[in-house]
Amino acid sequence: MKKIIELKNISKAFDGELILDNISLDIYDNEFITLLGPSGCGKTTTLRLIGGFEQPDAGDILFMGERMNHTPPHKRNVNTVFQKYALFPHLNVFENVAFPLRERRVPKKEIHEKVHEMLSLVMLESFANRRVTSLSGGQQQRVAIARALINHPKVLLLDEPLGALDLKLRKDMQQELKKIQKSTGITFIFVTHDQEEALSMSDTIVVMSEGKIQQIGAPSDIYNEPVNAFVADFIGESNIIDGVMLENYKVSFSGHIFTCLDTGFAQGEPVDVVVRPEDVDIVPESEGMLCGVVTQVTFMGVHNEIIVDIGGFKWMIQTTDSVNVDERIGIYLEPDAIHIMKKSKYSGMFGDYSSYSNELDELSDPGGEE
Amino acid sequence: MKITSKIYTALIFVFLFAPIAVLLIFSFNETKSLSVFSGFSLKWYKELLGDRSTLESVQNTLILAFSATVVSTVMGTAAAVGLHRLRKKWYRGLINTVTNIPMINPDIITGISMMLVFVFVGRLWGASTSLNFWTMLIAHVTFCLPYVIFQVLPKLRQMDKDLLEAAMDLGCTPMRAFFKVTLPEILPGIITGAIMAFTLSLDDFVISYFTSGNDFQTLPIRIYGMTKKTVTPKMYALATIIFFVTMTLLLLNNIVDDEDSRRKRELKKNTIKQGGNKK
Repeated sequence: MKKIIELKNISKAFDGELILDNISLDIYDNEFITLLGPSGCGKTTTLRLIGGFEQPDAGDILFMGERMNHTPPHKRNVNTVFQKYALFPHLNVFENVAFPLRERRVPKKEIHEKVHEMLSLVMLESFANRRVTSLSGGQQQRVAIARALINHPKVLLLDEPLGALDLKLRKDMQQELKKIQKSTGITFIFVTHDQEEALSMSDTIVVMSEGKIQQIGAPSDIYNEPVNAFVADFIGESNIIDGVMLENYKVSFSGHIFTCLDTGFAQGEPVDVVVRPEDVDIVPESEGMLCGVVTQVTFMGVHNEIIVDIGGFKWMIQTTDSVNVDERIGIYLEPDAIHIMKKSKYSGMFGDYSSYSNELDELSDPGGEE
Repeated sequence: MKITSKIYTALIFVFLFAPIAVLLIFSFNETKSLSVFSGFSLKWYKELLGDRSTLESVQNTLILAFSATVVSTVMGTAAAVGLHRLRKKWYRGLINTVTNIPMINPDIITGISMMLVFVFVGRLWGASTSLNFWTMLIAHVTFCLPYVIFQVLPKLRQMDKDLLEAAMDLGCTPMRAFFKVTLPEILPGIITGAIMAFTLSLDDFVISYFTSGNDFQTLPIRIYGMTKKTVTPKMYALATIIFFVTMTLLLLNNIVDDEDSRRKRELKKNTIKQGGNKK
């Protein structure tokens, strides 16, 4: 695969606050790459650096091997779909989409053809003469995409483009964006804080936190093999337990020794153990590797979400079995249900569901004391 | 309660419009009398058309108002764009206050001080008379400028700042982006500012009085000069015409503003608002 964009050791600060801290990232041709992270993690800033709206304080941005740090936006072969669409209110749908062509002084006839072709791609052909102000959010979104794609950029930047849409429309647009990306072969760099969106759409996910890249990988890799507690917690639900690696394939936690699939740790090294809630099997107490008391059961439709107190640590388990509060149960873990991570600065910050029920109480009873 | 408020409204309208109504009626009077309406005639309007020096002062006023409007609108818009881009808060506050001064300063102070400056500079250059059309133009631009700035600034603030970036992203240089995107967006503010500048320049007397020379007289100054003798009813005719011209400008302005805010509401309604988590 061909590298299209390379970010090399980029740092950026605003008003003395470090937003990007020495990040490096390669982006390949024809890739759907997602920058994922909570607000303030630097994902939008990264996008703006690639778009040319900001300049890095340190490091280099390369487009097809050429340094582009200070190239202004209008000279980059990159287009952006803005979070709030940024359609030009004084122009109608046709003129909004035609805007980039008119800037390039494309002949009228060609403009007409191209705009209609693009409008049909986003299924808005009959809306050409409508005012953009009269369109719904979803339609405005499509106009913004058509406008950004009409110049056939090498790379399309999308800054939380689905954030303002309602759930149903968002799902449809996710499908459609993916389809457009496949059919045009343009590299999409997509920014979101919605992990489900990231998992379902991306070829590659870049998980960011506090201005640093935590992990880069395919959605399944990120989900199954998170590198640290932050990633494990941010992508999906995780139980993260302190453990000690005894030897290859042997880990001890919660007073029991488990077989796992992980190697490459020192003997006796303290580690973080990740167990996904859906990977836990519920068995009778006598057959359990670990035993605990159910403290909470929440019906979620597809499954039940239960909180189990095992030796003082609260686990979240997703199960289709029906269990009751105060019931004693055993749990069984297959070796591939266990994932071992090295200790990081995020260790101990995530993956414990002790506060889970309390949080809900506080929400429903703001005056209550714990 | 309802009745009192109605009476109150009626009284306001009476006091506001009675003088104008009197003016309007007596501009059509056949005789000079201000107490008896002796019959409808267009006599004073005809006489006005025959009064060359009054017409010349009308022409001067219009030339001056038009020039002042053009200059102050261009300068004011540029100033507003610059002010809007200032990042330092204290600096922006300072410039805002300075811009405000011509608005809150009593006209007579502005007038006298400008006259002093013009005479002083004129002396330095060794000119015998330093007050002329150009000094008046400078004076008029000075007091029109803040009004234009304060009409344009809010429009710039309301504008989605992504629009400018979107334009650059789609191939515009920053300069072109301004003309293709910012200018159409803030145009209603510019038009309102221009109309305000025009009307302000049109009816200014105090500052004009101090900064005009003998060879360039505007209408307010000429009318003031007449009051020392008697004001003839042809002045009523002139005032009536001016009133209706101003009224038309005002209506035009309101139409522009209405259209603008209607469009903004529509856009807001259709774009589901989202709590921004931009970073």
